[in-house]
Amino acid sequence: MALEITFSDKTFENKKRNPEEFSEIALEIRRDIIKSLYLAKSGHSGGTLGTSDIFSVLFFGGVMKYNPNDPEWKERDRFVLSAGHLCPVLYSTLARAGYFSTEELYRLRKYGSRLQGHPGYDMKLPGIESSTGSLGQGVSIAVGMAMSDKLVDKNNRKIFALTGDGEIEEGTVWEAAMAAANYKLDNFCWILDNNDCQIDGRVRDVMSIYPIAQKFEAFGFDVINIDGHNYSEIIKAFEKFKSNHESKIGKPTAIIARTIMGKGVSFMEDNYIWHGNPPNEEQAKIALHDLK
Amino acid sequence: MSEIKLLGKKPTRHGFGEGLVMLGERYDNVIVLGGDITGSVMTSYFKERFPERFFSIGVAEQNATTIAAGFALSGKIAFFASYSAFSAFRNADQLRISVAYNDINVKIGGGHAGITVGPDGATHQALEEIAFVRTLPNMTLVVPCDYLEAKKATIAIGEKFGPCFIRFGRSAVPMFTTDETPFEIGKANELRDGKDVAIVACGLMVWEALLAAEELSKKGINARVINNSSIKPIDVETLVNAARDCGCIVTAEEHQVHGGLGGAVAEVTAKNYPVPIEFVGVRDKFGCSGEPEELMVKFGLTWKEIYASALKAIERRDKGFRGLRQVKDVEDYKE
Ligand SMILES: Cc1ncc(C[n+]2csc(CCOP(=O)(O)OP(=O)(O)O)c2C)c(N)n1
Repeated sequence: MALEITFSDKTFENKKRNPEEFSEIALEIRRDIIKSLYLAKSGHSGGTLGTSDIFSVLFFGGVMKYNPNDPEWKERDRFVLSAGHLCPVLYSTLARAGYFSTEELYRLRKYGSRLQGHPGYDMKLPGIESSTGSLGQGVSIAVGMAMSDKLVDKNNRKIFALTGDGEIEEGTVWEAAMAAANYKLDNFCWILDNNDCQIDGRVRDVMSIYPIAQKFEAFGFDVINIDGHNYSEIIKAFEKFKSNHESKIGKPTAIIARTIMGKGVSFMEDNYIWHGNPPNEEQAKIALHDLK
Repeated sequence: MSEIKLLGKKPTRHGFGEGLVMLGERYDNVIVLGGDITGSVMTSYFKERFPERFFSIGVAEQNATTIAAGFALSGKIAFFASYSAFSAFRNADQLRISVAYNDINVKIGGGHAGITVGPDGATHQALEEIAFVRTLPNMTLVVPCDYLEAKKATIAIGEKFGPCFIRFGRSAVPMFTTDETPFEIGKANELRDGKDVAIVACGLMVWEALLAAEELSKKGINARVINNSSIKPIDVETLVNAARDCGCIVTAEEHQVHGGLGGAVAEVTAKNYPVPIEFVGVRDKFGCSGEPEELMVKFGLTWKEIYASALKAIERRDKGFRGLRQVKDVEDYKE
């Protein structure tokens, strides 16, 4: 039987939740990822599935302040996806938050779609704060935003950025880390997706960036190590960042989330070949069966 | 056109530094980032005047460029300046994606540009960045000819929305524009009228062009001199008029002869009104240490090369095949 794809129009509220409430949201996002990548016939399955739990808490757990009806709201917190290739998880999240219709998920990576293969600021897709896709740049843009907020506008916004672990092989991310600590950006939260996978293999084999936590500590971050699939731990980590921000701790926060690439889809889990591949029809069927 | 006089000498970077301060006075959302050479590129003036809007980023040009993007995405007009060798190349990818593709208010200063940075040698003598920067979509690129124009251009790029790059130099160069001399992004300025040959120049080569025109006039040749400080957007009308009126062009720039101002002028004329062009610039070579004036002579960046090139261009125009041809109706090819 041919696989027929439909996206529900379900949206989720952004509010404090009990840990178990996030499974439903993450499941919906993971299903969106599989469906949209299957339709697109290209794109990155592994890292998007692996970060779905983090996105669920970040956007639907009352961590970030935002208003989908007023994307440019002056008091909003901001999220920059430095690992631009993970945009399908962000697109699904933004659609499920109500920024735009889930109908757009049908046209990921298609000509004329606002859902570009890597986020394009020129597309004016609500919720996208910058073009990203050249690894290492987004996190430094986020540092600039955090500097602008803390040092010039002196407002209360929080700035989040998510990088991959292969991404931190780019030297510029350490320039960003240096500047974040130098300017005591306690309004800045760096989320690191530590799945130990990148394109050519395991991060430790391609170019080891370990130990990670000690590096960020040495740069002057408050480092929080978590299991990136454990909702209680994710919630606690963001709460710690919030209290760092509110108490003006004078340090940026790094959340190092140990994750599993392809999480939730049996045959993709912890296998780096799924970094940049979409599922074909058979694989999508199995994946959607897994994600129930 | 009033008589052009030498009004003394001053580096263009001073104009940049002073222009920044004026922008800071006018707009409180102007911020400036430093790259550990603030005294050289004169962002130090802004730093002294507005310490609360100046941020030191250290020796990290890529980071400074993307941080500037973050500021711009937060409603600021964000300037970052370093040596052109590093603020156009070390950060090339950042310029392309975080600045140009985002199409935001990041303004880059490329200082100590060209051969006249002198003794520092080839590593610091940026001679290729006009070629790179002008190919970036959304980007504005200006190369002012003297101190005062640098000041006007700095203010102009600050007031224009979008990504902009301004290229300026280290050494003191002739001042000859005045408060009355027009400057507008997208407009070239005819400094001297003439119908025998058009000399199109930017940066410090504009003064050399004026000197060459003076010498040519002694031979009875009237050269038109155009200050083409706005490389992008480029003033198509002025250039096409020059091609039509003079029938031949000499371009002059402190840059490689490939892909820079000469390339831009050739693109415009090849498409609209093809005429012979001679290119004065550095001929596919790296620079080396030396004093600025000495290097200008060694690398062929003086009025003498412009003068000789003008004679050659005129000869090519008079003897050569002008390239007149039958053109099929281009309307046929339009959608
Ligand atoms: C500057 C740059 N170089 C190379 C790439 C190509 N690229 C895209 S993703 C990727 C691997 C990134 O690994 P990681 O950050 O661990 O992401 P994950 O594999 O977990 O999705 C590479 C090399 C790029 N997008 N940008």
